[in-house]
Amino acid sequence: MGTTFPPFLLVHLLRTMVRIRIFEERTADLLLRGEIRCPTHLYIGQEAIATGVCAALDRSDYILGTHRSHGHFLAKGGSMRALMAEMFGKKTGCAYGRGGSMHLIAREVGFLGSVPMVAATIPIAVGSALASTLLEQGRVAVSFFGDGATEEGEFHESLNFAALWKLPVLFVCENNFYSTHMPLHARQPTQDLTRHALAHAIPGVAVDGNDVVAVYTAAHEAVQRARAGLGPTLLVCNTYRWRGHVGPHWDLDKNIRPQKEVEAWMARCPIHRLETALLQQGLLTPQERDTIYAQAVHEVEDAVAFARHSPFPDPVELPAHLFTDRKTP
Amino acid sequence: MRTLTYAEAIREAFAQMLATNPRLLVIGQGVTNPWYVGDSMRDLDKQFGTRRIIDPPVSEQGTNGIAIGAALAGMPTILIHPRMDFLLKGVEQIINQAANWCYVFGGQAGVPLVIRAIINRGGEQGAQHSQALQALFAHIPGLKVLMPATPYDAKGLLMASVQDGNPIVYIDDRWLYKERGPVPEEPYTVPIGKGIIRHEGQDVTLVALSYMVVEAQKALPLLEQQGISVELIDLRSVKPWDKELVLASVRKTGRLVVADSGWRTGGVSAEIVATVAEEAWAVLKAPPLRLALPDLPAPTSRTLEEAYYPRAAHIVDTVTRACGNAHR
Repeated sequence: MGTTFPPFLLVHLLRTMVRIRIFEERTADLLLRGEIRCPTHLYIGQEAIATGVCAALDRSDYILGTHRSHGHFLAKGGSMRALMAEMFGKKTGCAYGRGGSMHLIAREVGFLGSVPMVAATIPIAVGSALASTLLEQGRVAVSFFGDGATEEGEFHESLNFAALWKLPVLFVCENNFYSTHMPLHARQPTQDLTRHALAHAIPGVAVDGNDVVAVYTAAHEAVQRARAGLGPTLLVCNTYRWRGHVGPHWDLDKNIRPQKEVEAWMARCPIHRLETALLQQGLLTPQERDTIYAQAVHEVEDAVAFARHSPFPDPVELPAHLFTDRKTP
Repeated sequence: MRTLTYAEAIREAFAQMLATNPRLLVIGQGVTNPWYVGDSMRDLDKQFGTRRIIDPPVSEQGTNGIAIGAALAGMPTILIHPRMDFLLKGVEQIINQAANWCYVFGGQAGVPLVIRAIINRGGEQGAQHSQALQALFAHIPGLKVLMPATPYDAKGLLMASVQDGNPIVYIDDRWLYKERGPVPEEPYTVPIGKGIIRHEGQDVTLVALSYMVVEAQKALPLLEQQGISVELIDLRSVKPWDKELVLASVRKTGRLVVADSGWRTGGVSAEIVATVAEEAWAVLKAPPLRLALPDLPAPTSRTLEEAYYPRAAHIVDTVTRACGNAHR
């Protein structure tokens, strides 16, 4: 950790990661209890990436996500209550109970949307950056996606176009080394995903995705480049998801991955790492640390209570909103 | 009123909208090249610049997604596929993303995207440069599908599509490009979802789509010679389609023929016949008949092509059959 970082930023990064972690652990619990029933992909272990990238953005910057986007939603500033209610299928959810865990939106903070089709939001992020450029808005767009998405044609088509137009896009590959059950080494000839940037003549930067300060630093530099009109960057954040591909379980029983691998990555917990460093350097007292956790627990329990007490959508609303009534000016 | 060709009417709609709406974006492979889009886009790039008339790299899926993203971020966008077949390479973006986006997010974000997909039939273009895929897109909730048959509608429906603020598949057929007709100089819109009666008649309702309207108009005098009075409806909108107009006509005539430029099975003609059977069974004097492409890919050789595409003579034959003994 460099000394150039103001302590308030470091504490903010820790607080955001803790909020995501506690939200996700509680979500796992609610899945096991059957209170949440939609397919839910947990972000536990990857918190440093959403946290570090979003800390480098302005509120008006755009982000687009995937099937595993609770962390992106919270880090960008989306309402935790609306997120939890969405997973409960409630009318007060961020998509009014139509999206569940995989279709999240918070346009008020620039979260344009997340969808589960692998790589689908990558060109959409490029399009939002194109609009920002043509309308001279100065907004940067971030596309979050997993390592599996780099095997899709849309990924390459998007990098090519963004590079050609020098668009303000940050392509953030969250490489957790698995695409559902398939390990990266069984899917690609090498494990260096930054090589995809070479083909499109843009910078490809690999960072330790479990080091939130490294992620923030790299994202900040890429965002500065984007704002300066120098074009896109591919940021490969190497990390690991602790839980299985979908749901609260660990995928250890299905021989998909070895327990030792999971344990080795858990030992590299991004939250523990920053927290320990802050305590050792005297930038955080144990009491302040405890307060961060207590506040996060309180916020999550408030969101759970809000979701539980919210109404379900009325079935008469089923046909509404197939189309917008807002005419193009 | 002055007359324009169908292609000129489309170009005028583009030019007027680009001039008045500084946010409007046009993107699609080959849009700056008359080789792909005929005269329908000529010199728009020179007039409005290549930042608003974007001819992107070969990348249909990426381009479709980029168009959606631009639309979501404040730029109404017209996406163009000079051959509709190539749209299929990027159909995930259209069906999963553009069509779903508004509904799945509870109306918080519409997708103001017009997908102009051009059918290039005949002329030995073969199976993959000719497909009329209106039924495929009409099947998808969240998409509107339009097929203008006249220069007037080509301009008015394109302008209505951009104003609509939703994902719209606007399908034009190259066989229509040289058709001439009256087109007002000023901007105007044609209502989406409304068909129009092109010719009033008493004996049979003939619903036609896109280029089949042209062939139907050629068939009308031949049918009149046989003493058959045809009510010709140009559907214009495939989805939503003007059910009330068709039902009212069938209630008058008691007979129905649908002429579609796409395939028969699961096609637009099947939907219209089924709806009329459900809702106006009692008034039908004879079984409704369909005229559509055979369920085959388009062949290339000109003799096979000639046998493949229905023309006015086929319409005459089908309408005569629908009218049965009464007119034989």
